[in-house]
Amino acid sequence: MSSIGTGYDLSVTTFSPDGRVFQIEYAAKAVDNSGTVIGIKCKDGIVMGVEKLIASKMMLPGSNRRIHSVHRHSGMAVAGLAADGRQIVARAKSEATKYESVYGEPIPVKELAERVASYVHLCTLYWWLRPFGCGVILGGYDREGPQLYMVEPSGISYRYFGAAIGKGKQAAKTEIEKLKLSEMTCREGVIEVAKIIYKVHDEAKDKAFELEMSWVCDESKQQHEKVPEALLEEAKAAARAALEEMDAD
Amino acid sequence: MDSKMQQHGLLGSESDSQRTLYPYVTGTSVVALKYKDGILMAADMGGSYGSTLRYKTVERMKAIGKHSLLGASGEISDFQEILRYLDELILYDNMWDDGNSLGPKEVHNYLTRVMYNRRNKFNPLWNSLVLGGVKNGQKYLGMVSMIGVNFEDNHVATGFGNHLARPILRDEWHENLSFEDGVKLLEKCMRVLLYRDRSAVNKLQIAKITEEGVTISPPYSLKTFWGFSAFHNPTVGAEGSW
Repeated sequence: MSSIGTGYDLSVTTFSPDGRVFQIEYAAKAVDNSGTVIGIKCKDGIVMGVEKLIASKMMLPGSNRRIHSVHRHSGMAVAGLAADGRQIVARAKSEATKYESVYGEPIPVKELAERVASYVHLCTLYWWLRPFGCGVILGGYDREGPQLYMVEPSGISYRYFGAAIGKGKQAAKTEIEKLKLSEMTCREGVIEVAKIIYKVHDEAKDKAFELEMSWVCDESKQQHEKVPEALLEEAKAAARAALEEMDAD
Repeated sequence: MDSKMQQHGLLGSESDSQRTLYPYVTGTSVVALKYKDGILMAADMGGSYGSTLRYKTVERMKAIGKHSLLGASGEISDFQEILRYLDELILYDNMWDDGNSLGPKEVHNYLTRVMYNRRNKFNPLWNSLVLGGVKNGQKYLGMVSMIGVNFEDNHVATGFGNHLARPILRDEWHENLSFEDGVKLLEKCMRVLLYRDRSAVNKLQIAKITEEGVTISPPYSLKTFWGFSAFHNPTVGAEGSW
């Protein structure tokens, strides 16, 4: 399967003879080159974590947020081109506030995911637009409980128990599959996500990274927020300890 | 119909139906003062439809974000619209998730901008707003009128409260009032308003905001006294009257 389109990859409105749209696949490659982003659905909420690769030592820790709140009850973690991600987040915020102002209730996560996916898909239909170079993991808590969705640059959106995008997604998915998510609380989930991100981080290729995590769960009163400092430090310490144990073997 | 169109000729006839010309359901005074731990605010629960006391469970004070409390007199529907604007403002502020949140001074400024800009379009939000709050130990109490006049003070009131309550407050308010003294002072003001303001209802709430947060009391009534001797035989000096 050649991954170079040769002639059929110049426009997003061109199919190749074997039925692929290469521009969308190239957009997905932009996502694959970014730091790993993970989301898991625990029994009482969602936990999302991002491996923020630090481009320069001059950057202030805590800047360049990759996880954004979209409404009180939901948030999005973005992988890929950061500027494209900003657009998607802005659109999601706008959809969420408009829905609430019309229907009087917070937007159901399913509805939000559909709208974001439609918007991403929109940009794959016209030759004067380019596809978004970012994938998004959307986690929220509504009347139906906690839900996790992932939206890819092609506009596909599925609901997941656990999702990963970015560099270490294969390794991360394997780790997530090992977890018993339905029995885990978000408190435990935070530690597990930190461990996975530390594990899949490639020390050789990328030096430094910053861990950013958020959750929306019963403990946070169904509000999407950054994981509290104390718990975040606890998670980082546990992750580093787990890594050392592995290295010791 | 024709004469009305001619009256508003200068400002355009079609757009007239979109402008606020007069209020319909109104709330009466709000009184507020600074005390030792924060702000105390009182408002009754009446919504008048002209001279009819139509709605008697209107909550005219609401918490805004973590640090502020808003009380309004005037058109109730405009108050509800202002609450929607503030809801969106606070939501966007929360979504930054950066440890910072809008304080009473910022909210007061925002409201002043909104009210003044509406007034400039000849389409005011027909309210007098009282905004109080505490952030980082600093107490703040301000007012915005429907034409955008805004100011800060140690005690404020809207509508009739300006004429009946503020003189009492000017005499009896002092720094570092205790909670009990503050409530007593507010109740004294509200009682005068109850006796003398025809759109006042004897069902009020007192709200308190401190560093810890907002508490709005459940509705209760003030004790009134009507046993004045002059009320027993009101017509004794003027036969035939009632």
